[in-house]
Amino acid sequence: MFQELSDKLDLVVKKIRGQGKITDKNIASSLKEVRRVLLEADVNYKVAKSFIASVQERAMGQEVLRSVTPGQQIVKIIYDELTHIMGDKDVPLNLTGSLPHIIMLNGLQGSGKTTLAGKLALNLKKSGKKPLLVGADVQRPAAIKQLEIVGENVGVPVIGDASKSPVKNCSDAITYAKKNGFDVVILDTAGRLHIDKTLMEELKSIKDVTKPGEILFVADGMTGQDAVNTAKEFLNWIDFDGIVLTKMDGDARGGAALSIRMVTGKPIKFISIGEKFDALELFHPDRMASRILGMGDVVTLVEKAQQTVDQEKAAKLEHKLRRQEFTLEDFYDQLQQIKKMGPLDQLLGMMPGMNKNMMKGISVDDRAFVKVEAIINSMTPEERRRPQVINGSRRKRISLGSGTSVQDVNQLLKQFQMMQKMMKNINKFNLKGMFR
Amino acid sequence: MNSVFGKLKAGLSRTRSGVVDKMDDVVKAHNEVNEDLWDELEEILISGDIGVNVSMKLIEDVRAKIEDLGIRKTSNILNFMKSAVKRVVMNGETDRDIFDIPESVQLPYVIIVVGVNGTGKTTSIGKLAHQFRLQNKKVLLAAADTFRAAASEQLEIWAKRSNVDIITNMPGTDPASVAYDSLQAAISRQVDVLIIDTAGRLHTKANLMEELKKVDRVLKKLRPDVPHETLLVMDATTGQNGLSQARQFMQAVGVTGIVLTKLDGTAKGGVVLSIRDELDVPVRLIGVGEQMEDLQPFHPEEFVEAMFQ
Repeated sequence: MFQELSDKLDLVVKKIRGQGKITDKNIASSLKEVRRVLLEADVNYKVAKSFIASVQERAMGQEVLRSVTPGQQIVKIIYDELTHIMGDKDVPLNLTGSLPHIIMLNGLQGSGKTTLAGKLALNLKKSGKKPLLVGADVQRPAAIKQLEIVGENVGVPVIGDASKSPVKNCSDAITYAKKNGFDVVILDTAGRLHIDKTLMEELKSIKDVTKPGEILFVADGMTGQDAVNTAKEFLNWIDFDGIVLTKMDGDARGGAALSIRMVTGKPIKFISIGEKFDALELFHPDRMASRILGMGDVVTLVEKAQQTVDQEKAAKLEHKLRRQEFTLEDFYDQLQQIKKMGPLDQLLGMMPGMNKNMMKGISVDDRAFVKVEAIINSMTPEERRRPQVINGSRRKRISLGSGTSVQDVNQLLKQFQMMQKMMKNINKFNLKGMFR
Repeated sequence: MNSVFGKLKAGLSRTRSGVVDKMDDVVKAHNEVNEDLWDELEEILISGDIGVNVSMKLIEDVRAKIEDLGIRKTSNILNFMKSAVKRVVMNGETDRDIFDIPESVQLPYVIIVVGVNGTGKTTSIGKLAHQFRLQNKKVLLAAADTFRAAASEQLEIWAKRSNVDIITNMPGTDPASVAYDSLQAAISRQVDVLIIDTAGRLHTKANLMEELKKVDRVLKKLRPDVPHETLLVMDATTGQNGLSQARQFMQAVGVTGIVLTKLDGTAKGGVVLSIRDELDVPVRLIGVGEQMEDLQPFHPEEFVEAMFQ
């Protein structure tokens, strides 16, 4: 996510940091580079222009000149402005007012509305709501069928009838929701071009009839300069309340993301970051800015850990580590917990200082876990607790049992040994809180 | 022919009003050539998704010509720009009409369709099938998108619309096996054209790209010369990420051509220039509307003409 933007900004930022003395001239040339980086990342050129202008204004001002570390100060300004562009504050989903809350999704074809509907439904269900999915896309072949399957996957009921008009589908669904005690209704509308008057009128009448408390504009994170125009048109027609950016798990440069918020003045509420239904993240402008600038996003990482890590187990582990009793069994448990937190490359991306160049050469493949798991699974409890008993013939047996090679087994044992050594060193420092 | 050109023109009207008309305004606003003019022109090009590199190249190209000739007036700049754009778009392989199946090909003619999520692969296949049918070709579709919910149902509806056969399998089946089965079926049913739909995948997901490679490998087991065409379907609203998509897919499965969809209405298609400039892969087809016949062969010359008309 934002990888390229992030890499390139990183280079410019490093340059700025390294400069002991800041002059108008070197600020101007650095900012020119920043502008180019932004444009290459599909940031709308008007947005890029105003971004540069405000950074420049502040950079030339007193706050930098008086600062002991002017380079740092400029980086801080870039961070602030990035955060500002993306909306400064988090804006959560609006779930107030009378029941059922109605969320209406809209956007261009192929922006990912139906998949998002499923993700939202799952997210709401997890937070204790009782959502209903409504298929209002009677345009695209098998769209309602797709939503039905999505609903089945996330365990949320779906209604929708391709023979009814979209408006009828939506209003019927709301009546149904009221009768059956659903508290959130998610309307999945057909994708449409903003220049298609008839379809935009239709969207408007869906809005008028259903009066949604939350209208979300779904935008493909890979969209180029046109993203802004599309968003503006949709805004004119139906005045949406928030934005969701999809397909942000690729190498989308995300410039559109930066621009849409700025141009429409509407907050980005979620970003969608994977094919699985739980791959939906709340959007935090400040955290995103620090991710873009390669400063990592430790807050999200910690939150993810808190959601998934079993506190009791963590405490036990800490104790074990202190007493240097960390075994392969514990290692296995750790793997399971990390796996629950999400794909490894995404996790690594949130670590401060981790960028593409650092990750080059390290293939981040979740399937590597599978191998390690298989190997540990093929060991006896005794072997897991005391790996030193694993001799040649045991290695052979383990490799056969796990479908790996003896080399793989050796590698794992070696890595584990190294880890144990590392743990000893860490133990000398304060360990408390590391796994909490 | 005239109507095709008309459609293309209409489809590209946004590109025109976006880029060319704006350039026209800027040129008219300046009497004399100066720094400001170049900056403004560059901004317009970039705002049309043409990409920073190509935009700068175009500007330099035009600028060099103008300065060589010692022109001070701005009136002719758009003509120079048009030739510069032409040079970029016409760069590389000349485009072959996909509906002209070479005589030398041993049938079935196999087309595999790939791309990121939501670019319009299945819809494009529906339209492709329709057009091959119009030429009295016997067409078979293969639903090898076994991942996305209801993907095969969607393709089935298209198959019914154009009255062609389709091979499907249960969701979650290995796409390579669907592809293999379909090729086998295509051979035994003596089909002329086999079009294989694959699941949308982000080009950065290594395992999904591996899956695609497997489809390719498995097909080659049966017939070493297939697929004859590997089409990358790209959404014309895609920004500079399009280049990255094309590169990754080319590397994985040797893309032979690009299908640029959704060029009507919103899209500017400026990414065509970036692709033609930086990659050696032709644009085969463009989608300029919702109708069955609105998927058309791409003619670079016409494209540029329509852009500047």
